[in-house]
Amino acid sequence: MDQHVTASAREHGAHTVDVRHAHAVDVHEHAHAELGFWRKYVFSQDHKVIGIQYAITGLLFLLFGFGLMMVMRWQLAYPGKPIPLIGNWLGQDRAPMGIMLPEFYNQLGAMHGTIMVFLGVVPLAVGGFGNFVMPLQIGAPDMAFPKINMMSYWVYFLGGVTMLVSFFQRGGAAQSGWTSYPPLADIAPGQTLWLVGMVFLITSSLLGSINFIVTIVQLRAKGLSYMRLPFFVWAQFVTSFLLLLAFPPLEAAGVLQLMDRLAGTSFFLPSGLVVSGKVLPVAGQGNPLMWQHLFWFLAHPEVYVLILPAMGIVSEIIANNTRKPLWGYKALVYSVVFLGFMSFIVWAHHMFMTGMGTTMSAFFQTTTMIISIPSVVILTALLLSLWGASIRFNGPMMFALAFLPMFAIGGLTGLPLGLAPPDIHLHDTYYVIGHFHYVVAPGTIFALFAGVYYWFPKATGRRMNELLAHLHFWGSFVCINLVFFPMFIEGLAGMNRRMYDGGAQYAHNAGVVHWNVVQGYASWGLGLFQIFFIINFFMSMRRGAPVGRNPWDATTLEWSAPSPPGHGNFEAEPVVYRGPYEYSVPGAQKDFTPQFEPEDGKRR
Amino acid sequence: MNIPYVVEERPDSGLTNGKLGVWLFLASEVMLFGALFSTYIILRTGAVEWPHGELNVWLGMANTFILIGSSVTMVMAWASLKMHDFGKHRLYLTLTFVLAAVFLVNKYFEYSDHLSRGEGPWHSTFLAIYYTLTGLHGLHIIGGMIVMAYLLGPGAALYKKNPDQFTNRVENTGLYWHFVDLVWIFLFPVLYLL
Repeated sequence: MDQHVTASAREHGAHTVDVRHAHAVDVHEHAHAELGFWRKYVFSQDHKVIGIQYAITGLLFLLFGFGLMMVMRWQLAYPGKPIPLIGNWLGQDRAPMGIMLPEFYNQLGAMHGTIMVFLGVVPLAVGGFGNFVMPLQIGAPDMAFPKINMMSYWVYFLGGVTMLVSFFQRGGAAQSGWTSYPPLADIAPGQTLWLVGMVFLITSSLLGSINFIVTIVQLRAKGLSYMRLPFFVWAQFVTSFLLLLAFPPLEAAGVLQLMDRLAGTSFFLPSGLVVSGKVLPVAGQGNPLMWQHLFWFLAHPEVYVLILPAMGIVSEIIANNTRKPLWGYKALVYSVVFLGFMSFIVWAHHMFMTGMGTTMSAFFQTTTMIISIPSVVILTALLLSLWGASIRFNGPMMFALAFLPMFAIGGLTGLPLGLAPPDIHLHDTYYVIGHFHYVVAPGTIFALFAGVYYWFPKATGRRMNELLAHLHFWGSFVCINLVFFPMFIEGLAGMNRRMYDGGAQYAHNAGVVHWNVVQGYASWGLGLFQIFFIINFFMSMRRGAPVGRNPWDATTLEWSAPSPPGHGNFEAEPVVYRGPYEYSVPGAQKDFTPQFEPEDGKRR
Repeated sequence: MNIPYVVEERPDSGLTNGKLGVWLFLASEVMLFGALFSTYIILRTGAVEWPHGELNVWLGMANTFILIGSSVTMVMAWASLKMHDFGKHRLYLTLTFVLAAVFLVNKYFEYSDHLSRGEGPWHSTFLAIYYTLTGLHGLHIIGGMIVMAYLLGPGAALYKKNPDQFTNRVENTGLYWHFVDLVWIFLFPVLYLL
């Protein structure tokens, strides 16, 4: 079998040389010349262009969502003082005389969460990296359904526009938190457009996830068996199943909430609900708790949608920069599959405070403790991969290395929240905010930055500036910890989340409320340090050092394609000969043996 | 650039891309309707009183048989293609389309009967879940009809160019259609009989 593959690969090798010469003038120029500007860059069906569209839109939404938070941080640090710089531009119904109204604070809070999760991180991690990198890593010419791929981007785009427009409707944007708990969300202004936006985003995710799974199952290159897949592809594979199966219940919940708001039903409204001293004129008999079950049935798997692609990115970069195989590849794969499965049966650990009963709590505490095992296995395997390596400390690796302790803090602080007794004390305090932000911000978002620095050369043919990358890293690392670590202190002291004045009205917060000022300056500093990234991104597109196919001396398939790859990706059908992380193979001439290199060591 | 396994099956998975895609889509649909059926169960078990006999069982039963019949004609439309009888395929597909339309007409009579008595979704929790479930199911029927209209109209040209790919499309449409049928087979007893 092996001999047969090798022989056919040699034929490929011979074939490739001819094609490669022809490629610059013939194949790619020709293919591109057929498409006009709109078909090539805007309504493109090429997974790489769609991936870049997703990534840039996602990065812009991340910046916007972070901007909302910087405004909120002013109100928390200096409650009731006029917002400097932009205060006068916000308008009378948001911030009269530059002083933020509580309603507007609630809008910012709800939309910050929604934008960061559904419009920023997921589109960048799955839509961006998944679309751009995954087909290249499995040696596919494109996604299985290019038209559906284009559609899923534009439906996502529509969802984003809907969310942005909702700020300008009467009464402002949604203000019931990103979790949209009824009965408040059923009657609060702004919620209808939020729900419409969510239906767009859910549809986009469903289309995308079907496309990803079919692509991974059907379009893997010759020789690329499941256990030879790069870990990033495994992470995307499991993520797609989570999106496919967890989002529909939220779509159902969204439809029900829309019915409550538009058709006068009362799915989530109990009988005899009194609002502002009047009994609400609805049929009643609804169940507000049902929303929480439907919402968290999505939103807990969603947490793993946020974290798994990040783990995938970090694994690629750690293997590449330690110049060693990943420690325990099989354990990683089994853990990620188990994690995906378990993530469907832990959702009610978000609901210990709802009075759903001790039997339910006991069940969900147990599953929550079980799901922490594969997470720890993955993190430990990545940590052990560093052991004894001569590490290259480049831009992507700095972010990937920082991911490990940051995600560890985020994960370990989650354990007390997964057990009902401590959760009853910590629920709805800043401790919870600190916990999940450590997972998602210095965890996932750092991994996403690592991914941008790592695959930027593949997408543009140019490298990003190392000095600016290190400045970006160290500044962000210090600031982001100063934003989020004090949250644990505040939360343990009992400071509640979602307080318009940062909790200053309560005496028990007196000892910790000064941290709000530190966090404020840290968040604005974090904003300033992102300027290094923005400058680096645009400058490197034009002036970065040009690179060849494989600037990082990496082993996976995407590095066998030209940088940037043309339409159709590979000049000849790629063939895979070995596992994904064959670094420093004893006896080999160089310290990396790519998947696409035939046995005799001849470069094809 | 050609995407592989559009027409022929990938040997190790035994599937074409389209067929796997439809199956995955149906898996997500199971979760969608599963969530709504769960909602029904939670609402009903939590209700103080649950209305009985609000719906016309005979109309519902007629619709059940209409949809089952349309699933049969859908299979015949695909089987005729496999036997290279394009004329019969069009006949059966048209029949499926007509049966779907008859289903919607019946549904229209049911809806308008309720609405004329002022019994909209706001009236009670039972009617709320009834309108939501059957409304969403009705949207799926309309979606299926749009695909059938495409296969009968502009989509039919593919049969001359690539009959195998066209047959695959009809088969995949059939998979979806059977699912829509199956959802109704659950909806009928849950809403009309229980």
